[in-house]
Amino acid sequence: MSLLHLVILAPFVLAILVPFLYKYIRQVHTGWFVMILPFTLFIYFLQFLPNISRGETIHEQLPWIPSLGINFDVYVDGLGLLFGLLITGIGTLVVLYSIYYLYNKKKESLHNFYVYLLMFMGAMLGVVFSDNLMTLYIFWELTSLASSLLIAYWFHKERSRYGAQKSMLITVSGGFAMLAGFSLLYVMTGTFSIREIIAQADVIVTNPLFIPAMLFVLAGAFTKSAQFPFHIWLPDAMEAPTPVSAYLHSATMVKAGIYLVARLTPVFGIAPQWFWIVSGFGIFTLLWGSVSAIRQKDLKAILAFSTISQLGLIMALLGLGSAAFHYDVAAVGTLYYTATLAAVFHLINHATFKGSLFMIVGIVDHETGTRDIRKLGGLMAIMPITFTVALIGTLSMAGVPPFNGFLSKEMFFTAALNATTMDIFNMQTLGILFPVIAWIASIFTFAYCMLMFSRTFLGKFKPEKLEKEVHEAPIGLLIPPIVLASLVVIFGLFPNLLAYSIIEPTMASILPNVLAEGDRFYVNIYHWHGFNTELFMTIGVVIFGALVFLNLKKWAEATFFLKERDPLNWVYDNSLVWLVSGSIKVTNMQMTGLLRDYFVFMCVFIVGLMGYTMIKYNIFAIDLVNVAEVSPYIFILVIVLLATTVLLPFISHRITAIVATGVIGFLIALLFVVFRAPDLALTQLLVETVMVVLFLLAFYHLPELRKEKFTPRFKLTNLIVSIGVGLVVTVTALSAHAFSHANPIDPISDYFIKNSYDLAGGKNIVNVILVDFRGLDTMLEVLVLAIAALGIVVLIKLRMTGEEDV
Amino acid sequence: MEILMILVIGVIFTVSTYLILTKSLLRVVIGVIMLGHGAHLLLLTLSGLKQGAPPLLGEEAAAYADPLPQALILTAIVISFGVTAFLLVLAYRTYKVHKTDDLDQLRGSADE
Repeated sequence: MSLLHLVILAPFVLAILVPFLYKYIRQVHTGWFVMILPFTLFIYFLQFLPNISRGETIHEQLPWIPSLGINFDVYVDGLGLLFGLLITGIGTLVVLYSIYYLYNKKKESLHNFYVYLLMFMGAMLGVVFSDNLMTLYIFWELTSLASSLLIAYWFHKERSRYGAQKSMLITVSGGFAMLAGFSLLYVMTGTFSIREIIAQADVIVTNPLFIPAMLFVLAGAFTKSAQFPFHIWLPDAMEAPTPVSAYLHSATMVKAGIYLVARLTPVFGIAPQWFWIVSGFGIFTLLWGSVSAIRQKDLKAILAFSTISQLGLIMALLGLGSAAFHYDVAAVGTLYYTATLAAVFHLINHATFKGSLFMIVGIVDHETGTRDIRKLGGLMAIMPITFTVALIGTLSMAGVPPFNGFLSKEMFFTAALNATTMDIFNMQTLGILFPVIAWIASIFTFAYCMLMFSRTFLGKFKPEKLEKEVHEAPIGLLIPPIVLASLVVIFGLFPNLLAYSIIEPTMASILPNVLAEGDRFYVNIYHWHGFNTELFMTIGVVIFGALVFLNLKKWAEATFFLKERDPLNWVYDNSLVWLVSGSIKVTNMQMTGLLRDYFVFMCVFIVGLMGYTMIKYNIFAIDLVNVAEVSPYIFILVIVLLATTVLLPFISHRITAIVATGVIGFLIALLFVVFRAPDLALTQLLVETVMVVLFLLAFYHLPELRKEKFTPRFKLTNLIVSIGVGLVVTVTALSAHAFSHANPIDPISDYFIKNSYDLAGGKNIVNVILVDFRGLDTMLEVLVLAIAALGIVVLIKLRMTGEEDV
Repeated sequence: MEILMILVIGVIFTVSTYLILTKSLLRVVIGVIMLGHGAHLLLLTLSGLKQGAPPLLGEEAAAYADPLPQALILTAIVISFGVTAFLLVLAYRTYKVHKTDDLDQLRGSADE
């Protein structure tokens, strides 16, 4: 257990304390206590930066279930540290923001909120620092759980519960697929350690399980990172309080899928399927998200679709970046690294500008009481600071210089253009799609940025549509977005601050082995590249984006704009309905309330199980040898027995039935005599006599047997089931008989025969066993009889009074 | 002899399963009794028939029939007697209260 382990567990420990802090220290907002932790952790992670930048890594082990290869191994490298800094850094700002956002200490259940938030923080740190796939999986599902709880924070709202359930169902089922993928990786490599799996990457690529493992893992990553067609949960997750949306649903949790793809790129990246699936789904999500965003009326919904589209962008870049494995760095230089570089850089940029925009939207919602762009407008004059921050964030997202969003967008265009020069995976023909789709999606991105900004801050102020009197937000709400917006500017003006310190080591984690020993990625980001294609593409984006935006009013009545909900929701909603009605149908089919049906299920199951086992292991053995000779009088006995038994179901008179049952009982007693079991014969005779008397007594009160009114089909089912049971019993008995004949085993009863007189003083061995050797059993048997007798007495004597249903 | 007995046991199991699957409570009770008979015979047959004298030391025989299965079966006979008696009374009681012995009509209400 090292300090790093404690760091990951610290949020969970604090989460336990939060309810007490909330209960006993009511004067101070609980958020202040919580804020200390991410801030401390952020400083703690910063001090790793120099070492990690030099290309070092830290690895701490903690055995958990070593026999299964499951250990809590912590591994810090560039990629992990980048996420660690994002989680704690944005976490600090979000907690600060939440203190002012959820200012009403009495009305809000803060203890719940901060417990969930801390749980999420710890789980997320666990995801990004785990070297073991199983620990990663556990933390991964914990983030889904925490996210779902946070979405349902205002659980009295129906939409919140709907969103929470949706995100839970989609992300957890994706996580489940991912678990299957991890298990397949374990089957192929024999280890859960990510670094050890990466070391075997070139071996497993030919394994037939390789592609299924990849698909399962990607299902997990795509559901978490809201990639098409799993993105539908993210817009509904916006029911969460805005600090949560800023933190989980834009900056950190939804990037867990990105993290997983980046982390496992060294394992799967070599395969063309990986390249196509990751980049294809990514680029399509980019387009889908940006087109969907412009028809939203709710500010948070715009941001949600924007997040989906930006996540698609990063995903597409990671996919394109995996092509670097196929090119020798000496031959083509850094041409194909640009994609990975852009992915990492945009990941950071997106967290800064989207985080600040979410907080701005929260402020607008908080101060005006609405997020509907049809009601908002003209806030520029009333909320100047908010306006300035929003302007920076929006321009960065739209990809306008000099902000960091411009840099990564340029780089994205470069990467997409580079992709057309690839000569692998059919890229010669299909490669041109990447820059084209990227360009179209960017136009829509520009348009929705303009839309949400101008409808909120420009235009005419409409106080009559608002419920509150509007004024600038308190300073506590403004600080976090201001910090993020200044980062947007700083990273935009001095991008190389990040380049050496964190982007290079992160790229080294995503693309290991492509560099020579001791070499590093020389990342240098700058604004001016000359008049190249990327620049013209950006200019085109601005012009066409503006055109789309200006024409939005004209198109506003088109059906496309009236439908805000994603059409894919139809699939989700309906499959949920089908799932419920389907399970009701299945349950009703099986739970009929008829004892007979249940008995049929049991019989069919046992017959099936026994039959399957017998056929599978081929244990039929028929040995017709008879150890005991057949005497003629036994023949007569058996024939009478058989005849009576077979006739039994056809008897329709109750006295006849009783007598026939009695006859069978007495015949069996006779058989016991023949088979050298005098005690059994005696007991059977006695029991059978009493039984017949009992029957006659009881039957006096019971109705005459009726003819069974079954449909022929039902009768046939019964017949098949009974014959099946009989066959299985016969075959089992025959096989057992043949087996014991072939492999005689000494009976264990020799002990009783030898010791019955010496130890117990009895000559009747059966009796001695019953009353002496197994005396306790017999005593309990008497107890069973006593219970049965009590039950009988109660049933006869009981007289129900009143209207109760018996 | 064993083969013959095994065939008989198979028939007994078939008939008893069929009886248990019928609608009439009385037939079900008889089916349960028959199932018990089948099980007892199965136990006895598989332990080997006529392997020696009855397990009475007074016989002073060289070999005795295996006493252990006999002890087991004896227990089973008594228990199945108890169960049958209880079932019978239950059937009687059910008929008294519900005025029917048809298992189809005895099933619980529709929403159960």
